[in-house]
Amino acid sequence: MRMKGYKLFDRSTRALVYGFQTNAIQRMLDFDYLCNRSVPSVAAIINPNRAGIQKVFWGTEEILLPMYKTIPEAAAAHPSAEVMVNFASFRSAFDTTMEALGQPSIKTVAIIAEGVPERMARVMAATARKMKKTIIGPATVGGLAAGAFRIGNTAGTIENIVESKLHRPGSVGFVSKSGGMLNEAFNIIARNSSGVVEGIAIGGDRYPGSSLLDHILRFEANPQVAIIACLGEVGGTDEYRIVEALKAGQIKKPLVIWVTGTCSKILPGSVQFGHAGAKAQTDLETADAKNRALKEAGAIVPESFDSYGDEIRKVYEGLLAEGKVRKPEEPEIPKIPMDYAKAASEGIVRKSTNLICTISDDRGEEVLYAGKPLGRVLEDGMGIGGVIGLLWFKKEIPPWAAEFIELVLQIVADHGPAVSAAHNAIVASCAGKDLISSLASGLLTIGPRFGGAIDDAAREFKRARDAGLSPEEFVRDMKAKGVNIPGIGHRIKSVKNPDKRVELLIGYARENFERTDLLDYALSVQEITTAKKGNLILNVDGCIGILFIDLMGSCEVFDERDIDDVIRYGYLNGLFALGRSIGIIGHILDQKRLDSRLYRHPQDDIAYMLPEFE
Amino acid sequence: MAQRGIREYDAKKLLAERLPDYADDFDYDGQIALVTPETDLEVVAIKNPWVKKKRLVVKPDQLFGKRGAHGLILLDASWDEAKGYIQENMGREVLVGSVVGTLNTFLIEPFVPHEREEEELYVAIKSEGDRDVIYFSTRGGVEIEANWDSVTEISVEVLARPEELHLGERLPAELGEGRKMVGRFVEGLYRLYRDLGFAYLEINPFVIADGKIVPLDLVARLDDAEAFWQRRSWRGIEFPEPFGRALTREEAYVKEIDSRTGASLKLTILNPRGRVWTMVAGGGASVIYADTICDLGFAGELANYGEYSGDPSTEDTYDYTKTILDLLTREKDLEGRPKCLLIGGGIANFTDVAKTFKGVVMALEDYKERLRETGVEIYVRRGGPNYEEGLWIMRKLGERLGVPIHVYGPETHMTRIVSMALGGE
Repeated sequence: MRMKGYKLFDRSTRALVYGFQTNAIQRMLDFDYLCNRSVPSVAAIINPNRAGIQKVFWGTEEILLPMYKTIPEAAAAHPSAEVMVNFASFRSAFDTTMEALGQPSIKTVAIIAEGVPERMARVMAATARKMKKTIIGPATVGGLAAGAFRIGNTAGTIENIVESKLHRPGSVGFVSKSGGMLNEAFNIIARNSSGVVEGIAIGGDRYPGSSLLDHILRFEANPQVAIIACLGEVGGTDEYRIVEALKAGQIKKPLVIWVTGTCSKILPGSVQFGHAGAKAQTDLETADAKNRALKEAGAIVPESFDSYGDEIRKVYEGLLAEGKVRKPEEPEIPKIPMDYAKAASEGIVRKSTNLICTISDDRGEEVLYAGKPLGRVLEDGMGIGGVIGLLWFKKEIPPWAAEFIELVLQIVADHGPAVSAAHNAIVASCAGKDLISSLASGLLTIGPRFGGAIDDAAREFKRARDAGLSPEEFVRDMKAKGVNIPGIGHRIKSVKNPDKRVELLIGYARENFERTDLLDYALSVQEITTAKKGNLILNVDGCIGILFIDLMGSCEVFDERDIDDVIRYGYLNGLFALGRSIGIIGHILDQKRLDSRLYRHPQDDIAYMLPEFE
Repeated sequence: MAQRGIREYDAKKLLAERLPDYADDFDYDGQIALVTPETDLEVVAIKNPWVKKKRLVVKPDQLFGKRGAHGLILLDASWDEAKGYIQENMGREVLVGSVVGTLNTFLIEPFVPHEREEEELYVAIKSEGDRDVIYFSTRGGVEIEANWDSVTEISVEVLARPEELHLGERLPAELGEGRKMVGRFVEGLYRLYRDLGFAYLEINPFVIADGKIVPLDLVARLDDAEAFWQRRSWRGIEFPEPFGRALTREEAYVKEIDSRTGASLKLTILNPRGRVWTMVAGGGASVIYADTICDLGFAGELANYGEYSGDPSTEDTYDYTKTILDLLTREKDLEGRPKCLLIGGGIANFTDVAKTFKGVVMALEDYKERLRETGVEIYVRRGGPNYEEGLWIMRKLGERLGVPIHVYGPETHMTRIVSMALGGE
């Protein structure tokens, strides 16, 4: 069913919303629900970046709104949607509006953007007029039809809507330039009459798409409207068209109007009010001149804005006494649940959390590492070692400790292509897997046999020492169990051909650590094992594990529990995985650059030893 | 975003550079130089060798007209005379209309001798809703307003396509043999006006000298909303402050805060000794408060026009409020009456009222002593999200400040606090 020409919106009006404005869309739907509309006023969303669906609330339930990338698609799929609420930016407001006007089904476009150039606004307005369509805006919040349809964010919060009786029609048709004053006007009208039927803000620009008079004439024709109220503005000559219409007898309903900006006469000539159109360029455009002309033409013009509401009240009470308006019925107002986020911010609800995080926080302006802003971390030059201190231990460790960690990372960074991790990563890369998959494939080899010796050495040596075992007892004990001592033994290196890396680590520890008890214990163990066989030396894995325990013992920020945690949770495996990732990534990139082909292990390198099939 | 005047210098440069794209026989060379207090005149002479070879015109280029009538134009001068004139007048305070201002920008261009006034032509283009209007007259010059009946008015629909203009044919026949060239010029000028973001353009007069069209005096306004599209065409063009309004220190400070935030903070001081100070949230409401003060007969008492809107941060609101409080508490009212601060506003859409009052409250606390000493009464009116708490904060503040604070919400008409404060209700 088509609406009468004087009505832009009714309870069945549906709109396309251009722009992914989830808040505004929800507000439109909440208004619908408040008004007991049977169908949501938003038919679909147009989002140039993404098509699909969007989940929104309809009262307490959730519903899905379709989302299209282009206006023609949306218009074709929703031919009953006659309105487009255009949230496009000032840059694309023109193109999108012109495209919308080109859709036969779209009759009204509300343009929210501020800063649309005058020429574009004029072309849009002239085009709409030629096609007998309506533009509201640009530079406006929009407007609403009470109890029927709301453009975007018009009228603010639900509380305000109920307070200003916008959930059901009253008897006043209101139009202003300013969108900012719309709420106030709704309030004034609701307090002095039965409220508005419709309220429109045409926007504060010099060339709005529809004029004050366009809407006043609609109100004149709309039998629901008994009183017309209007707020004009200094600048432009729009109000003179109202004067002419009054004189021509086109406006018969009482018109209460006030043109704001009467103060401009005392302001220096250059003051530009917030609205682009609000600057008088001739005497005719001043608020005083317009108010005078309107009054002479028969409009009800108060002495000042201060008595604007009183004038509306007088007219309303007069019409009420004459029986020309009736007090509207007050419908029951459905309750709209408060959004969780809002309720939480107001401290009305609480809920227990499912996750806890104690190391970092990304909610503020700057990410925090163990409470320390990242900027400070960088300023203090904490380095990778320092950051590991913050994120693994939640502690600021001294520079010598941070440096030791970095030393370890450098030492473990790579060990050639043949070791498990690098080999696996290379095979994966050659199979065409991406960097991350190949890296994961390499990292997955780290465990008890590969890299895990660091952890094991730390654990076993610490256990033995804490248990008060002498080095001899420890060696004997391990032998009795039939277990190799983790961290002892090297394939090539020996007492005579010592491992440089181990020497370097020990040198650093001796120089910087306060205590090296566990190292000393391990070296005593080494004395026993190397006496048996020259290559049973403390290897680099063992050295790292053992020295890390000494580092923690030398550092007052750590206590016994921290040391236990390191052993229990595999911190040292983490250190190995972190350092080795550098080398693994290197190998993968190497293979990518070489454009290596699929690796297939040579069959002659495999002993095929199958059971006989019977 | 609005229509903004540009310097005659910039407009002429733009014409010289871009008009030939539209009217290929337009070869005005744009010989013109701009002089500000920082300009070294010797450098001007090096960059513009013509200044030493030609007779010159010198005039202020500060967005005001009728310079001839104000005796602010030097005609047919040598370079030495031009320099002397500029040195003499730079920094001079002059009265133009009702505005006093300082001369600080001059333009120099070649003097175009023309014998008779009849040679001066007039063209102006203005925008008007559904159409643009081109005004043309063969009787241009300073008397154009007196000769307005000589003006031909050509109306062009805003939807008209450029190829269907045929403006030349619509110019008066009396142009004679020049009609073709002037026609091409006017049509080119109009198309440039449309394409390059003009909102107003008047050339009065232009002349034909040695077979070339030369604009002598020019006024132009651009629609600054087009800046995004015109960033190449407008390169280097600035929008100067209107003549005569040097900002006060406080106004400049607020303007600076305004320019670095997305919010809108405005301050215009009307009368620093005024009794009524306003601090109103929202552009629409701020005008209406100032209106009401004037309409109720207190225009003379109004100290400032002030607006804060667009959800300014607590810090910006605090700085803004302090600026106003500092001005407000500099001296007592000369007649010993209380001074008034109106913290007004309509009903906010989504701005949390309690939150925006935070910066205001902080500033008021800072100025507690001075507010008391000056004898200030504060009136508050506001509505919108969380307004009850906002108003409660203000009432509690009153107890601490020791100055009267009267606090109202949406149940009270927006501007009623004006009459309460001033009408002694």
